[in-house]
Parts: sequence; structure tokens; C-alpha cells
Amino acid sequence: MDPVNIANLALAGVLTGLVYGLMALGLSVIFGVVRVVNFAHGEMMTIAMYATVLLFSRWGIDPFLAVLPVALAFFVLGCALQAGLINPFITRPEHSQFMLLVAVALIMVNALLVGFGPDARSVQLDYLLESIEAGPLLLDRGKLYAALVACATAALLFAFFRFTPTGKAIRACADNYLGARVVGLNVRRYYALTFGLGSACVAVAGCMMVLLVDVTPVLGPGYTLLAFVIVIVGGLGSMTGALLGGVLIGLSEALAGLFIAPSAKSMFSFGLLILVLLFRPQGLLGRKS
Amino acid sequence: MSLLAARSLSKSFRGLKAVQEASFEISEGGIDALIGPNGAGKTTIFNMIAGVFSPDSGEIVFDGRNIQGFRPDQVCAAGIGRTFQIVKPFAGLSVLDNVIVGALLREKSVPAARALSLRILEKLNLGSKAGLPASSLTLPDRKRLEVARALATRPRLLLLDEVMAGLRPTECDQMVEVFRELNRAEGITILLIEHVMRAVMALARHVGVLHHGEVIARGAPEEIVRDPAVLECYLGEDTEI
Amino acid sequence: MTNRAIVLLSALGAILLVLPGFAGPYVLSVVTLILFFAYAGQAWNVMMGFAGQLSLGHSLYVGVGAYAAAGLYFHYGIGAWAGIWLAVLLCVALGCVIGFLAFRFGISGVYFALLTIAFAEFTRIGFDHIAWLGGPGGLFIKVEQRTAWDLLDLRGTPAMFYYVILFLAAGALLLCSLLLRTRAGYYWQAIREDEEAAQALGINTFRWKMLAVAISSAMTAVAGVFFAFYYNNLFPEQIFHISRSIEIILGPIIGGIGTLFGPVLGAAVLTILADGITELLVAFGLEFPGVKQVFYGVVLLVVVMFLPNGIWPALARRLKLERR
Repeated sequence: MDPVNIANLALAGVLTGLVYGLMALGLSVIFGVVRVVNFAHGEMMTIAMYATVLLFSRWGIDPFLAVLPVALAFFVLGCALQAGLINPFITRPEHSQFMLLVAVALIMVNALLVGFGPDARSVQLDYLLESIEAGPLLLDRGKLYAALVACATAALLFAFFRFTPTGKAIRACADNYLGARVVGLNVRRYYALTFGLGSACVAVAGCMMVLLVDVTPVLGPGYTLLAFVIVIVGGLGSMTGALLGGVLIGLSEALAGLFIAPSAKSMFSFGLLILVLLFRPQGLLGRKS
Repeated sequence: MSLLAARSLSKSFRGLKAVQEASFEISEGGIDALIGPNGAGKTTIFNMIAGVFSPDSGEIVFDGRNIQGFRPDQVCAAGIGRTFQIVKPFAGLSVLDNVIVGALLREKSVPAARALSLRILEKLNLGSKAGLPASSLTLPDRKRLEVARALATRPRLLLLDEVMAGLRPTECDQMVEVFRELNRAEGITILLIEHVMRAVMALARHVGVLHHGEVIARGAPEEIVRDPAVLECYLGEDTEI
Repeated sequence: MTNRAIVLLSALGAILLVLPGFAGPYVLSVVTLILFFAYAGQAWNVMMGFAGQLSLGHSLYVGVGAYAAAGLYFHYGIGAWAGIWLAVLLCVALGCVIGFLAFRFGISGVYFALLTIAFAEFTRIGFDHIAWLGGPGGLFIKVEQRTAWDLLDLRGTPAMFYYVILFLAAGALLLCSLLLRTRAGYYWQAIREDEEAAQALGINTFRWKMLAVAISSAMTAVAGVFFAFYYNNLFPEQIFHISRSIEIILGPIIGGIGTLFGPVLGAAVLTILADGITELLVAFGLEFPGVKQVFYGVVLLVVVMFLPNGIWPALARRLKLERR
């Protein structure tokens, strides 16, 4: 195994990891603010992937352009989901909320199965076939562009939360539900908004992910778990943590494939999750609650 | 005969000294109160005795044994029962079942625990409500239930955490009667953390005053209310007399 | 239980006892499945309903139990009568490890659920790489058509399997109802309602939670052993999959967590309706993979939203089956 090969693999892992990170960012925002365990997160991403495939195969819309309408659609749907279905559940016991989203996830996965069948779909873009050479390293164009979009979206989200009044209000709601209400913030509306934003993130991640892997309906639960692993490893409430966690997982999966059997690479992620849950539940960058 | 002795208890939270070298003793069969303005450290001392967390330094000696650092269940097994400031009934269970949970600590069988629990409920005027769900009780009754539950563990010392909070004056007087009777008839030692001076004056035979984590006065209630140091720390604070 | 309930239960019991006599193979297999999920759901219920710990990784115990017994039979010809002990031992050990890690480190609620999922997934991928147990290709036990019942090896007719699972399900029901009336039952309910208050009453919550986990995993291991010898094939991808875990909990959640009859009722309602709908769709010529699962999802959604305590409490009140 020569170093250039390993470097290429590592780089590919980092780029993929950035897309994972964006997906996890959506979850971190949702979990961190609304405190809802979005068990349907991976399924939402899968739906976004299928939407992108559909837009491409039916109307020839390039995924990089499809990002906007898909993200918008998911934003609206996310708001609606939170406002309609989840908001009434805020005061219910935790396992009720959990089961609600398990039900939603179950419906989503199998609706996809019924609608699209179990066969894999993909998006093939000609201009992505050529790799980019950076010195001795070989960069997959698709991975690079996808990672760039992921970073851009994350940056937009950071800016939103840091600089806009709505963003700050949402952060207030996350920090202190009761306090925010006392100050007069319409917390439920902000929850809906946040879920919408998180969903939009997942949508963008999905649009990009379809350039990296083929999509089948059963990918959903795997991505949900991956998102949780990343968020918990990277740290709850930390947006940088989500991205960093994503990169870490992407990297470790790429390299683990080298040393252990490739099919076992997810074991590493789960092992990492178990360790983090036990020894550093606030994650690498999170704050202790 | 000293039942509970706190010796030089200290506890800090993230650099803030909540309790500093606090010491006091409680005699068996007595009724003691710990009062002080908000933030004085009463709840911290309470929690240290109850085993919620351990002191940074100092000792808590109960009936000759060091119990600092004990888990809450070990504290209870040692003979100290406690109530919670915000009542915590087992809402899904009946009133009787709530008390049975407590009684099972000392009773070997469920029927024996049930018998004991019924007796305790009668004593606290909750006998007629034994079959009702705990969630259906009014606040004063919930407080009685909490006391009944703690009593079922046959404690030698009962810790009451602001048990009068939220009660109207007549309800407060009724609770005072309950405790007086328990102390007189069963010989249970009582330590109360309290804001409601009405209850403290009526019930306690000894009062300790905390301020900024330190014990600044100890004595009979009548002496304490005249103590200049106590008056100074309470000036400007709301007290209910 | 009211007298009416006793009568109903006895009638149901009588019907179930003589069912193989007049039911066809399809009906028998459906009822066997219902009883399987009733049993597994009851086992899960011990951990969740009694001790309040949400486990979404119970497929771990089904799988380990199944593979343990199947492995022994496949490689050494040792029958289920011995395999069951190994299965229970391994699963209790696993459950205790998970429980210990969780409770010592204060992991609860959502995080506990995620921890259980992580363990199940880890094991799923792990077993794909254990060649000795067949790997991803699966482990196949020779299906022997026997007319005689061999209970020790669990080889026999469908009727035999039916009675085995009926016995297990009834036994689980009895065990849970007994447990509820003992100190364990009171303590578990107290812990579930308010752990802090329970501790203040002298309950060593760690020890009792561990007990619930141990019993739950032991019972589920037995379900795994049954599964192995009933279906005769095991695939890591299937048996450890999170869908299995979800299937197990659907019954108790729909029927009512923490109740005695919830898991049974939930399993029955779900299986009957699901099969009914599938048959209906097939009759219309619509046969899609995944429709049944969509149905599960919808039922779960409706129950969680409108009947948060499950069907059983509401039903019991309506039909006056429980002494209030």
C-alpha cells in the first residue's frame, strides 16, 4: 500500500465526510434546538436522493441546480412536519416522540420501496467522470464538487445562526425553552423553522450524496444511524462538531476499509459511538449539558 | 444523644462556595430547623445528608456511622427518610402502592408491607384515599403521601425539604400537627429546611441559621428571631411570619 | 381481573389449546407468528414497561440466542435442550454488559436507545464475518419432516412448534403477572415512574434495573432459539436488523407498554390486520414489497398520536376487564 494511494483514499474519505457532515449538521440543528430525536433523518435524505434522481432522469435537471428547489421543498415539508405532527409532542414523554418518528421513518422507507422498487438508481454526469490532478494526488471531481456544495451550505447556515436576528432567536430557544417563551418568542414557530432548516440541509446533502453512491430505499436507517454517530461523536449543539465528526467518520471508514474487510468498516463507526457515549457523551466539541 | 452530626461540611460548585465549614448537631427525638435566605446553602446541606452528592470535605455522622458519600438508597437504609421540595409521587400507582414501595424496605413480604402502609395512611388521614391514583390528589394530600411514603421506610430521622411550600396557612397548621404528633408518638427526629416561619416557630425546638454557606446562629426559635446577626441577614428579604 | 375477564381469558385459552385440531396450516402459522411476537414483546416489555429503559436493539438477543443454539446443533448435533442454556447465558451476559455500561455511565432515554442500536448493528456486521456460523450466506439447519415430536431437539410438526410457543407465551404472561405482584414489580414500577424518588426510598435502582435487563435478555434469547429451529435458516442481515427490533416493540407499544396483556393484544391486532390487508391487496392484484411495513408504520403513528397508552387500557376500561 503506497502512500499516494493511501493519501488518495484519505482525501476521498474527507470529501465524502463533508457531505456526511452536512447531513449530520441538519440533525444537530434539529436535535440541538427542538430536542427531537429525528429518527427519520436518514429516510429524509434518501427521499431527497430519489427526488434528485427523478428530476435528473425525467427532466434532465443537473443535481447542482436541483439543490435549490429540493432544498426549498424540504424546508417547507420540514416546517409542516414539525408544526403539524411533532409540536404537539413536545410535552410528551421521550419515548413517545421517538416512536412517532420511528413510525414516520417506517412509512417513508417502505413508501419508497413501494414507489421505486428495490433496485438501485443513480445519477451519471459526464462532466464528473474526469478526475482532477493535484500534484501526485487524484481527486474525484464529483466528490470535490459535492464537498464544496456541502461546505457552502454549512457556511450559509453558520452565517444565518450567527448574524441574523431569527438565527439568534432560535439559539435562544435552544438554550432555554422557558426563558425564550418568557421573553415573548414564539418558540413553536421557531421550532418549525428549525426543523425546516435541518430538513433543507439534509436535502442538499442528499442531492450531493446521489453523486457519490447509488440509492436504494433501504439506505435510510443506515444514514440515520450514521448521522447520530456523527452528531454524538462530534458533539451535540456544536455545528463545527457535526462537520468535524462527519470528516472523521468519512476518513475512518475510508481507511478502515484498507485494514479490515471493507464491509466491516461501519463496525468502526458503531464502536466509536459506543465509546463516545460511555466516556465523552458531550462529544469531541460539545458542551457538557 | 446526638443522632446526626455535621462536622465542617464544605461544598463548592464550579468555584462558588455553597457551604463553608458548616457544623451542627441534632439530638435524637428533637425537631430541628435549618433556615436562611435563598442561596444560603440549606438545600446543599440537605442534599449532602440525603446522599444526592458528597461534601468536598467534612463529615456527616449518623447514629455513630459516617454516612457522607453514601448513595441516596444507602442513606435511606441507614435510617434517614426524606421528602422532596417539589413532590414526586409515583403518579401511575395508587396511593397505597406508593406507600407499599416505601414499606418494602423493611418488610419482607408484600402483604406485610401492605398492612403497614394502610396503618400509616390512616395516621396521615389518607386512609380513605388508599385506592385512588396518586395523580388525583390535591397538593396538601400529595405532601402527606410523600411523608407517608418516607415514614414507611421506618426512618429514625425525617428530612423535610420545604414541605410547607405552596400550602395555605390552615393547611400548614395541619401539617405542623402531623409532624408534632409523629415526633411525640413515634419518637421520630425531624430536620426541616424551611422558609415558612410560621411552621418553624410552631414546630422547631432548635433552629440553625445559614448565611452564605455558614452557620451564623443556633438556638431556640425565640432567641434566633432576636439575634442581631440573623436580623441583619434577613433584612430586605421576604419572610412569612 | 374481573370475573368477566377471567371468563374471557379462559375461553381464549381453550380455543388456543384446541386450535391445531381444526385450523389449517396457514391459520396455524399466523397464530404461531402472533404468539411469537406476543412472547418477544412481553420479554421486551420487562425492560421497558417495568424498568423504563427503551431498548431498540433487542434483535441482538434474538440473533445471539438463535445462532448459539443453531451453531451447536449444526456443528455438534447438540439439540435445543442444551442450546437454550448457552443462548440464555450469552444473552444475559450481553444484556448485563450493556446495562452496566449504560447505568454506570448514566446513559438513559434516547442515548440508551442509541447505545442498544449500536450494539445490535455492531453485532450484525460482525456476524457477517463469522464464517463458522455461515457468514452472510446464512446458517441452515436441515429441515427434517418428522411426524413425531422431538421436544429436546425441537424437531417436529408445525403443531409442535405452535404448542411450544403457546406454552412460552402463556408462561411469559404468568411470569410477568407474578413479578408485578412481588417486590420486584413494585420496585420496577417505582423506578419507571420516578427513579430519584425510588432511590430516596432505599431502592438500589442500579441493581433492579440490571435485573430487568437480565430477565428481558434471557427471555428474548429463548425466542431466538425458537426462531432458529422454527425457520431453520439464519442470516445476520435479517435477524440482527433494526427492523426485527422494531417488529418486537410494535406489539407492546400498540397494545400498551407496561401492561400485562398489551403485548399480546398488540401482536394479535397488528399481525391479523397486516395479513388481512396484504391478502386484500393481493386479491386486487396489487402486490408490492413494503406495503405491509407501510401499514405497520401507519398503525404505529395512529396509536402513538391518539392512544399513547396503547389499545389495552382503553379496551379494558370499555369492556370492564380490569378492577379499577
